[in-house]
Amino acid sequence: MITEQETHPLDDLLRVDRIPHIWCPTCGLGIVLNSFLTAVRESGIPREDIVVVSGIGCTGRAAGYVNLDSFHTTHGRALPFATGLKLGNPRLKVVVISGDGDLVAIGGNHLIHTARRNMDMTVVCVNNFNYAMTGGQFGPTTPKGARLTTAPYGSYEHPFNIPFLVDSCGATYVARWTVLHIRQLTESIKEALVHPGFSFIEVISPCPTVYGRRNQLGSGLDIVKYYRDNSIVRNDIDTRECEIEYQGKIIVGRFVQKRKPTYLETMNEYLRQSVGEGFVPYQGPMDDGD
Amino acid sequence: MDKSVLTGVHFWDGDYACAEGAIAAGCRFFAGYPITPSTEIAERIAQRFPFVGGTFIQMEDELASMAAILGAAWAGTKAMTVTSGPGFSLMQENIGLGVMTETPCVVVDVQRGGPSTGLPTLTGQQDMMQARWGSHGDYEIIALSPSSPQECFDLTITAFDLSERYRVPVLLMMDECVGHMTEKVVVPEKEKIRPLPRRWYRGPKEKYRPFQPDADGVPPMVRAGKDFRIHITGLTHDERGYPVINAECQNLCVTRLVKKIRDNADKITICEEHSLEDAEVVVVAYGISARVAFKAIADAREKGVRVGMLRLITVWPFPEMRVSELAQRVKAMVMPEINLGQVYLELERVVAGRCRTFLVPHCGGWVHDPKDIFEAIMASVR
Ligand SMILES: Cc1ncc(C[n+]2csc(CCOP(=O)(O)OP(=O)(O)O)c2C)c(N)n1
Ligand code: SF4
Repeated sequence: MITEQETHPLDDLLRVDRIPHIWCPTCGLGIVLNSFLTAVRESGIPREDIVVVSGIGCTGRAAGYVNLDSFHTTHGRALPFATGLKLGNPRLKVVVISGDGDLVAIGGNHLIHTARRNMDMTVVCVNNFNYAMTGGQFGPTTPKGARLTTAPYGSYEHPFNIPFLVDSCGATYVARWTVLHIRQLTESIKEALVHPGFSFIEVISPCPTVYGRRNQLGSGLDIVKYYRDNSIVRNDIDTRECEIEYQGKIIVGRFVQKRKPTYLETMNEYLRQSVGEGFVPYQGPMDDGD
Repeated sequence: MDKSVLTGVHFWDGDYACAEGAIAAGCRFFAGYPITPSTEIAERIAQRFPFVGGTFIQMEDELASMAAILGAAWAGTKAMTVTSGPGFSLMQENIGLGVMTETPCVVVDVQRGGPSTGLPTLTGQQDMMQARWGSHGDYEIIALSPSSPQECFDLTITAFDLSERYRVPVLLMMDECVGHMTEKVVVPEKEKIRPLPRRWYRGPKEKYRPFQPDADGVPPMVRAGKDFRIHITGLTHDERGYPVINAECQNLCVTRLVKKIRDNADKITICEEHSLEDAEVVVVAYGISARVAFKAIADAREKGVRVGMLRLITVWPFPEMRVSELAQRVKAMVMPEINLGQVYLELERVVAGRCRTFLVPHCGGWVHDPKDIFEAIMASVR
């Protein structure tokens, strides 16, 4: 009989009353959440300043498990919702955690524009190479040849190389890790949290239940073993060089880290100059009485 | 110098008046995507916001615009977007998120003729049912319809007040003619405009439950960044905001969203009445169509027909009680609409055969010929 309540060092940052979560055993999402919360704790950023926004999907459920102000929005629209939050209260550290289908397919237009604007926020994009929550359809990152429910003979579309996509649009921090690279991933999220501008981290994550099963890749453990044997750390590379092929090598690392004025810095500076004396910068949220 | 309320007498078009109404109401976040005939509102906001401390952003599309104003509202600002039919269609999913998460915000639809790209520069009232039912699921919404630039100013403020009061996206359904019509607009002194503040929660932090309603069915609100650690989701949720996926929670959650509007409908609905005391015929109209109908009413009165006007300022919720009372005692109701019968369906439903009803349809591009409304009035007493 267990008499003592089991606790976890991150409990304070978890909505423990919502556990057990809906994620499958050996799914990579738990590791991503763990890395994120560790990064939050180690960053020293006041907890009330961090807001998590998700779209829809297995990954999108992350917002529901963090014990932080959090928003679970509509499929694909996490980034514009996050943009409104950031501009509505520029003091907030806005973090978007969502799936590759959510951010790159249905939300692809928002992704390129949020990166272009260098909107000050951090995006953690969990790439499991498929639409997991809807039962395993192919998506914008599915490697050619991988089989999924809507690609029963294997996908024949060209997948996105997401780091290259966001880099070319203007993201000022771009990294990719697998869930095997827990320490690097956590460090990356910490860096991204304090990075001024659009920071983007792709996390390659096992979905044994759907992607793994459809492609006979074995258990979650087998998939992580494959990451161990096939990922190559290469920092600062040209992001054109990190395409992922079906069961091929996975290039990981911190690819881009540069400083460029953020959307708000640019806007305020520009208006101060062009509007001149009459310019009144945004005063922050409405007074809520304290 | 405070430039948020341009007190004085102006010669403005409806679009400009709407922008000024939003600023006077305290709107300080705007996200939008250009579309005729609503663009001038966005342009004027872009021009004015730097002087009043507002943030304007032109988003990549209407889906983004609607999502962004919801985010900004939760950050603690008053937020607005504007669009026209095609963009309004794109906003529907996130209008639903606004309803489900009880997010105060204002959406302006300056209507043009549809379907599809239709008549980009010409008038219509063809989004009225889209306003009512455009998003999926059961819900109740508030939609207002101004008939003049003055009302574009006044009702934009009312729209913000209602959205804060009932925590629901409020729709301002303009028509192209009203948006582009230039008239006198009187802007009162700043002290005379008292926009409703948000319903902030004031109790102890530990006791806060984001969706626990007050007695009137509406929960008080907190904003992100205050360490309340709220979780807000578009999924069916309990009072804590936690997703609960079952029929029982759906019943509680959705019923309250609907009831908070239905139960307060008499406080929300605004109508204007003309010559109804002795009326045997009532013209029911809104927006530009009401103004055209006044000519027909005057002509019919000259012919001895006792006809009056019920002008709908709030279209949704439909002023069911007032229409019902009138249906009891008049011979007929005549409804001109710049569509082939939308709000008319609701009129028929409420009248329920107690008097005759006549639709005067027009499928857009221009306003009615008053003669058509006149003839319908005459036919109604024959
Ligand atoms: C507008 C809309 N279209 C489709 C869906 C159905 N849907 C839910 S989750 C999902 C895919 C999620 O995939 P991804 O973002 O990769 O997340 P994952 O589940 O793989 O973590 C889809 C298509 C939806 N909820 N809304
Ligand atoms: S379906 Fe895949 S991504 Fe979703 S929880 Fe299960 S393993 Fe994880």
